[in-house]
Amino acid sequence: MKKKLLSAFMCVAMSAALLAGCGGKDQSADAGTDNGGNEGGSDVITIGFSQVGAESDWRTANSESMKSTFSKDNGYDLIFDDAQQKQENQITAIRNFIQQEVDYIVLAPVTETGWDTVLQEAKDADIPVIIVDRMVDVSDDDLFTAWVGSDFELEGKKACAWLNAYAEAKGMKEVNIVDIQGTIGASAQIGRTKGLEDAAKEYGWNLLASQSGEFTQAKGQEVMESMLKQYDNINVVYCENDNEAFGAIDAIEAAGKTVGPDGDILVMSFDSTNAGLTDTLSGKIILDTECNPLHGPRVEEIIKKLEAGETPDKLAYVDEEIFAHGADVASVTVDGKDYAVTEVTEDVISQRAY
Amino acid sequence: MNRFKNKKKLNGSSYLLIITILLFIFMYVAGMAAFSDKGFAKPQMFLNLFISNAGLLVIAMGQTIVMITAGIDISVGSVTALVCMVIANQMENHGANAYAAVAMALGIGLAFGLVQGFLVAYLDIQPFIVTLAGMFFGRGMTSMISTEMISIKNETFLKWANYKIYLPIGSYSKRGNFLPAYIYPTVVIALVVLVIIIIVMKYTKFGRSVYAIGGNSQSAMMMGLNVRKTKLKAYLLDGFLAGLGGFLFCLNSCSGFVEQAKGLEMDAISSAVIGGTLLSGGVGAPFGTLFGVLIKGTISSLITTQGTLSSWWVRITLSALLCFFIVLQSIFAGMKKKK
Repeated sequence: MKKKLLSAFMCVAMSAALLAGCGGKDQSADAGTDNGGNEGGSDVITIGFSQVGAESDWRTANSESMKSTFSKDNGYDLIFDDAQQKQENQITAIRNFIQQEVDYIVLAPVTETGWDTVLQEAKDADIPVIIVDRMVDVSDDDLFTAWVGSDFELEGKKACAWLNAYAEAKGMKEVNIVDIQGTIGASAQIGRTKGLEDAAKEYGWNLLASQSGEFTQAKGQEVMESMLKQYDNINVVYCENDNEAFGAIDAIEAAGKTVGPDGDILVMSFDSTNAGLTDTLSGKIILDTECNPLHGPRVEEIIKKLEAGETPDKLAYVDEEIFAHGADVASVTVDGKDYAVTEVTEDVISQRAY
Repeated sequence: MNRFKNKKKLNGSSYLLIITILLFIFMYVAGMAAFSDKGFAKPQMFLNLFISNAGLLVIAMGQTIVMITAGIDISVGSVTALVCMVIANQMENHGANAYAAVAMALGIGLAFGLVQGFLVAYLDIQPFIVTLAGMFFGRGMTSMISTEMISIKNETFLKWANYKIYLPIGSYSKRGNFLPAYIYPTVVIALVVLVIIIIVMKYTKFGRSVYAIGGNSQSAMMMGLNVRKTKLKAYLLDGFLAGLGGFLFCLNSCSGFVEQAKGLEMDAISSAVIGGTLLSGGVGAPFGTLFGVLIKGTISSLITTQGTLSSWWVRITLSALLCFFIVLQSIFAGMKKKK
């Protein structure tokens, strides 16, 4: 009996060693190639990037932008960590980056809060931290070096300036607008709603109702249905992302009304995903303001500045375009700056990967 | 005769424990060899395992205890989220001080333990169902308090969270500076809890009773043990540890958020299983669970350090390990029966 037990134990131990051994070999092989890269160029910049996850096309495009910008060919070594939507995974990953002594940490935070401790550790280790997309809410802004992301209020302002110009060009007598908001409290929702509210006051639009569609198609449709029942004079819908716009279009068409430049209701949207632009080409969405996920080049700019010993701007906004159906408005002016409006064509859509 | 049998039983589970420990050491040493240029050999990297998993370790202790009674508790992740949310909300929006927050955290844990323990022990409801309800309730209550993220800015709390305890060991950075290794108070608390639980489970009447009722509650009852009371106590202790673990988790994350700690219960269960605890009850050791937690931490650390693998590999590797250990357990259980 004892012998049997012993032999079973040995078998198990051997298979365990084999299992773990395989893993070990793989890793050492990978480490080997990494070393090779390091030896090739002594000034390889190592970057640890902690990404939220891969929950949407936008996010995937964001990750791809980072990976293609910080490629081996460009002289970078990118350590990419997918946090699977968990803040605690991001905290662990950042601690890991610190021990690896990466040159820069790039963080796309899952949550805005809870970064004080780990960012302090990064600061103690003299590693600059660049935040992308969402902002972090920390007690001391010195805990991060720079932030890269979208100016959501500017997006809202651009969309509203376009609507004002379009209404003038088309001779719309009055603008009765409803706002399908994003998830309440999200920075995209706050900025885009504020842009609309300010514009409604400035241009004298009737902002009939505002309700959250939580950035989803189903909720957007539901909200639009109830708004259509409540008001029969809606002529513009301001959806705070493409998914809500798809839902709103379905609801409007189901109610027997038409969308588009010659229809009853104009649908405005944000994000400019491939699907959103396809609807813009057909006129279902009249205007789609871009929310640019390609943060990589902007982050690289900041890193180059830091490498040169300069101080980068604390807040860096990515460039974002405006895509319209038709060419009724060539450009809009917001806060004294001109922004060109791009007419959506097949070419524009084919270039859009996400 | 009885003594002899006991010894045999211990042998089976101690083999499992030895395998777990050896596996951990093997994994870590392999990591050190493969990633020495990436800082894996630094003492701080090892300590980070404890820093990042202090909350999980305490929660997994509680999980181990209920699993030894042949129960399970899948509410611990939600309890953690609720604890984080309540203390964040109380401190930031209602001006509670940090000491009151600790009391609240432990109170929530105890309340969950009491209710769930009562339902399991005295109404004989399946632990899975009871704690499933607890899990939904906890997450639901968290979102009732707030669906927004709350950042903790309470000074006392942040002082605790950021208080580094430097150790006399350390490593040199690439630039040649000596960086002393450090831990946070959470690690000390977690290790103290570990030691206490080991002692309680091994040397107290309560600990012995937990093993006895998990092994065979019928014969435990015939032996004159109060099965219901012991079960209630086990869930109460588990609830307390979930509350405490949630508090440690909160010290690490410094925020309250409804999506927090999702799936933490599964991490706790898998850590206990890898550490040699049987789902069928009666067998398990808190010391083994420690290594379950460390193995989980090491896998994720290895994959982050490697840098190009998808982080889903953490889960894939864990699932392979779980399979491996479950098969091992059933082999040992089968051998025991033959004898």
